[in-house]
Amino acid sequence: MIERYEIRFAGSGGQGIITAGIILGEAAAIYDEKFAVQTQSYGPEARGGASKSEVIIADVPISYPKATHPDLLVALNQESFDKYSKDVKEGGIVIVDSDYVKVPEEVEKKFKIYHIPIIETARNEIGKIFVVNIIFLGAVQEITGIVSHDGLEKAILNRVPKGTEELNMKAYEAGIRLAKEVK
Amino acid sequence: MKVKESKFISGNEAVAYGAITAGCRFFAGYPISPSSEIAENMSYLLPKYGGKFIQMEDEIASIGAAIGASIAGKKSMTATSGPGFSLKQENLGFACMAEIPLVVVDVMRGGPSTGAPTSPAQADILQSRWGTHGDHPIIVIAPTMVQEIFFEVIRAFNLAERFRNPVVLLIDEINGHMRAKVDIVDESEVEIWHRPKPENPVGWKTPYKRNEELVPLMPDFGDGARFNITGLDHSETGFPTGDPKVRQQLHYYLRDKIEKNKDKMIKSEYLNTEDAEIMVIAYGSTARSAMRAVEVLRSEGVKVGLFRPITLYPVPEKEIFEVCENVKKIVVPEMNLGQYVLEVERITKGKIPISKVNRTDGEPITPEQIIEAIKD
Repeated sequence: MIERYEIRFAGSGGQGIITAGIILGEAAAIYDEKFAVQTQSYGPEARGGASKSEVIIADVPISYPKATHPDLLVALNQESFDKYSKDVKEGGIVIVDSDYVKVPEEVEKKFKIYHIPIIETARNEIGKIFVVNIIFLGAVQEITGIVSHDGLEKAILNRVPKGTEELNMKAYEAGIRLAKEVK
Repeated sequence: MKVKESKFISGNEAVAYGAITAGCRFFAGYPISPSSEIAENMSYLLPKYGGKFIQMEDEIASIGAAIGASIAGKKSMTATSGPGFSLKQENLGFACMAEIPLVVVDVMRGGPSTGAPTSPAQADILQSRWGTHGDHPIIVIAPTMVQEIFFEVIRAFNLAERFRNPVVLLIDEINGHMRAKVDIVDESEVEIWHRPKPENPVGWKTPYKRNEELVPLMPDFGDGARFNITGLDHSETGFPTGDPKVRQQLHYYLRDKIEKNKDKMIKSEYLNTEDAEIMVIAYGSTARSAMRAVEVLRSEGVKVGLFRPITLYPVPEKEIFEVCENVKKIVVPEMNLGQYVLEVERITKGKIPISKVNRTDGEPITPEQIIEAIKD
């Protein structure tokens, strides 16, 4: 039984950080029938400012809806990693973009860190930068199993714009594959 | 209760869905963070249900339009945040005085002035009670959970209609933007109230003649009665009056309509209060931090409870008095510099030490802060 599993996604505005949180929360709450709440914080800018999204997943009702000591952090840039990695639970999972985040050696030992070329894969393999969030959701599913594969797939398909379903499914599978490679 | 659909939606979206179930068929608004999703969702939903959505030129015109639609018989709503709530105060007072049913949602953000548009706050509490001038009647509701927002919006409409009074629904950037699973139900699954009207409105000449709950039996415009509505002191006919007796009686009616019916308006939640030696009093999204604090400390054997007023005004005076009667300390966390705590101080008359936990830096009050105050 999961009493409380805290997740934080961080990057910059426009990377789909908040959407990723919504999709993961929906997968947990609607398709996997767990309890989930999703919150966010963002700057007043439309793009480029710091963006953060949090999801709490549990098998019991959730009181405090914010993450204080995340079990899982996904950081897409150095600033987010530096700012939020210190909050992560000891031994917690950290997924970083391998091209944009450098992890100091002493930090590497504290957590289970997975280096994945998320942005590069979106740009070159899938060919669309906007699938960054779906790629890391695939990796999150594969590494943590906190939501089911099918539940997450349904939530992605429910939330992405019409006409992009195939592209996003490719991104989802790419994320799962990349996670398997570093697991 | 038959669930029509379960959706993973935000508090703001839950406001829109709740309003539709309540029977709201008119919305006028002007976008402002962090409330804009309410207007956005009403703009999709209302046309599907035969309702009307209008984006007006500003916040003042929005509440004006909503009042007009309500006078014409539609359940109406407007939504905004702090700066817009300030602008709406004059017309809010008009709706209190003219006794026009209306729901005004304020999704609180940092203030004063433009403050912090994307950060949460609970600093419009006293404004929601006393923002417009004069001794006016008002009902204020502050739900916590996203599912609860859905049902409290319905209750807000019911109270607005039943008592022909504006109801302010206070949420904030946290529970307005927080997403969770919400079970959406149809109106057949919930209690729905409609405004009191005269049995035969045609030719009705006394729109402020009152029923046993002191609520005016007013026809809607278009029902076949010709009558006057004014913000001036008025008699039963709705026309202005200078008669001191009539004017005094009107003000008593406005006060007593709330005071004598407050048990029908007050709603609160009690968590571990029975044997509590320390009482936390928290509302809105801060109550979730308080719930966590109580959970953690109860597991350590600390006798702490949480009283959560869902209706902030009329103030649950009897309830607060009783729940605090046997405690040694009260803790009141709020995302302002100490507003609702003034009511708690008034009710407990300084007999019990009160510890305030306040924060206005745009960050939520954490469970740890409340735990610290409880243990202190």
